[in-house]
Amino acid sequence: MIIEHAVQIFAFVILTLMTLGGGLAVVTSRNLFHAALFLILSLAGAMGYYVLLDAGFLAVVQLLIYIGAISILILFSIMLTRGLMMPGQVQRNEQWWIAALVVFLTFVVLVVTMWQTVWPIADTEALRAPNIAIAQLGAALVGPYAIPFEVISALLLVALVGAIVLAREEGNQPARADAETGE
Amino acid sequence: MEALIDWLVTTFPPLSEGLARFIVYVLYSAILAFVAPVIIVVAYTYMERKVLARIQDRIGPNRAGPLGIFQGFADAIKMLTKEDVTPVCADRVVFNLAPILATIAAILVFAVLPVAPGVIGADLQAGILYVVAVGALSEVAALMAGWSSRNKFALLGAYRAVAQLIAYEIPIVLAILVVVMVAGSMQMSAIVAAQDVPFVLVLPVAFLIFLVASIAEIGRSPFDLLEAESEIVAGFHTEYSGMKFAFFFIGEYMHLFASAGIATTLFLGGWRGPFAGPDSWLGVLLGFIYFVIKTTAVIWVMMWVRGTLFRIRIDHLLDFAWKFLVPLGLILVVTVAVALKLPVIGTSGLRWVALLVANVVTALLMMLSVSILARRSRSAALREVAGVE
Amino acid sequence: MAIPLPWWLTVAAALFAIGLYGVLSRRNAIGVLLGIELMLNAANINLVAFWRYITPQALTGQVFAIFVIGIAAAEAAAGLAIIISAYRRRRTVVVDELDTMRW
Repeated sequence: MIIEHAVQIFAFVILTLMTLGGGLAVVTSRNLFHAALFLILSLAGAMGYYVLLDAGFLAVVQLLIYIGAISILILFSIMLTRGLMMPGQVQRNEQWWIAALVVFLTFVVLVVTMWQTVWPIADTEALRAPNIAIAQLGAALVGPYAIPFEVISALLLVALVGAIVLAREEGNQPARADAETGE
Repeated sequence: MEALIDWLVTTFPPLSEGLARFIVYVLYSAILAFVAPVIIVVAYTYMERKVLARIQDRIGPNRAGPLGIFQGFADAIKMLTKEDVTPVCADRVVFNLAPILATIAAILVFAVLPVAPGVIGADLQAGILYVVAVGALSEVAALMAGWSSRNKFALLGAYRAVAQLIAYEIPIVLAILVVVMVAGSMQMSAIVAAQDVPFVLVLPVAFLIFLVASIAEIGRSPFDLLEAESEIVAGFHTEYSGMKFAFFFIGEYMHLFASAGIATTLFLGGWRGPFAGPDSWLGVLLGFIYFVIKTTAVIWVMMWVRGTLFRIRIDHLLDFAWKFLVPLGLILVVTVAVALKLPVIGTSGLRWVALLVANVVTALLMMLSVSILARRSRSAALREVAGVE
Repeated sequence: MAIPLPWWLTVAAALFAIGLYGVLSRRNAIGVLLGIELMLNAANINLVAFWRYITPQALTGQVFAIFVIGIAAAEAAAGLAIIISAYRRRRTVVVDELDTMRW
């Protein structure tokens, strides 16, 4: 039990370093491509959190969607707009110190609230066995949560169509209009 | 694996169960991470060169050792002693990380591969989803390599690689979805256990989709656009040499074996075969042998394809994924779902027949509609060539 | 559970703050988007931590985390499409310079 706790705390510290360190690098790095790679590091840290919190399925989903899809998309668009990411470019605006101040105050308020609130933690018996099967999760998605699930599906479809329409090159339609709809 | 832990605990009494488990899993990961890559790369490069040579009516490697079986080691030594070149403008950290990530991405898949009865690194509930997710890491590696090299060919190669990998990920996921629906689980061991009949016999269309998309996913001919020598030198690893190139190379072969292993697990019944089972050492060993044989057979098919077909054009490649494989996969998912819910499916035998019928009908319908559409577009093209009248 | 709940919340709050700073201080629209991703992740960590510590038998926490991830995907796709489209027309993705409603 002691060893288990020690391992958990150790993992938590490492993952926190990954997540927060990666996060800081994301917002401060001058090179946008590096920022996006640090985003992947930070997301991987969050994925580790999910494993630590016994949400294995979420961890896999995080890897699949955040790291596999969203990060790739971001890296891709950074490369497509790369005239602006040459080194030496100033990446932060003039208000950065106001932003830092506001953010720091937000953080302080949040932390103070968190530590002062008494959370209705579940009893130890319930804490021990959160082993949720994926099948249960799937049943929940099409059962009690069917409407939000369908709304998300519709949203994704709209985003898909919208992204294609927006990013489509106008004007010079190629002779074979279907050749470029690959992405 | 569990049996081994038990054995350790009973043979060496001071060992607690947790420690024994720890030792066994560390050893297993060490084998996967250090021994397996060497064996796989050496064995399958040799096999690939021999098979391709036979297809092209040559002999293939025959100098190093009897029948040239040491060719792989000679290549490895050559690779290790080569100069390690880093381009001046390259983004060093990213440039060095990319090959490592490419190899890790391939090795990570092995964690959920049931190579023998009871032998699996981590039998995750979301096992097969994990495979798909880890595959995404190799895209990141390709992008990192292509971008950090500061080379236009590398960058183009990376673009192509990612476009191709994303496009073919969807048919793979659809094929996997069909298997998951039939097996009723995403757990790798449960998928193997569900295959009283190997799924390739009842879901041949899904298997074909998976096979074709896997070949594209690991970037082998005829889908090796990402390293088409005649167009973009060597794609995203143009600037890599020596050990770093070797890492990409290892990653490629590990990926090949992993993909074939997944295909084996999903469609060919994994380690299942006569007398194989988790009860005795012999059964486990037999299971492992069956697994390797089946995987090698899948790899051999991939090599055969490589030796037979020519490289296709990039727009054809994307068209093929988006306009043929994805619709086919979607229709297949629907028909299989319907077949699984048919009221007549009482006995398991009828169930398999219904699935097979669903597959065949889907394939026939798809072929029919594609041929009609192709004929129409061909005649339209002909009319265009001949002039409007 | 070796780590008390407030620690998880603190980490999530820190991540949220970092993301907020990114959104507020980046000039590049893609940088802003990176910040938004961090904030969404912080929210997700919170959701999962609450689920684990307060209602471990219910599915709500995980289900909502999945929804958040789905929304993040939709947002990234649409946002990046807008950025690329803007870059094509204006040759810039600096948010200060994208100040015309209609071009």
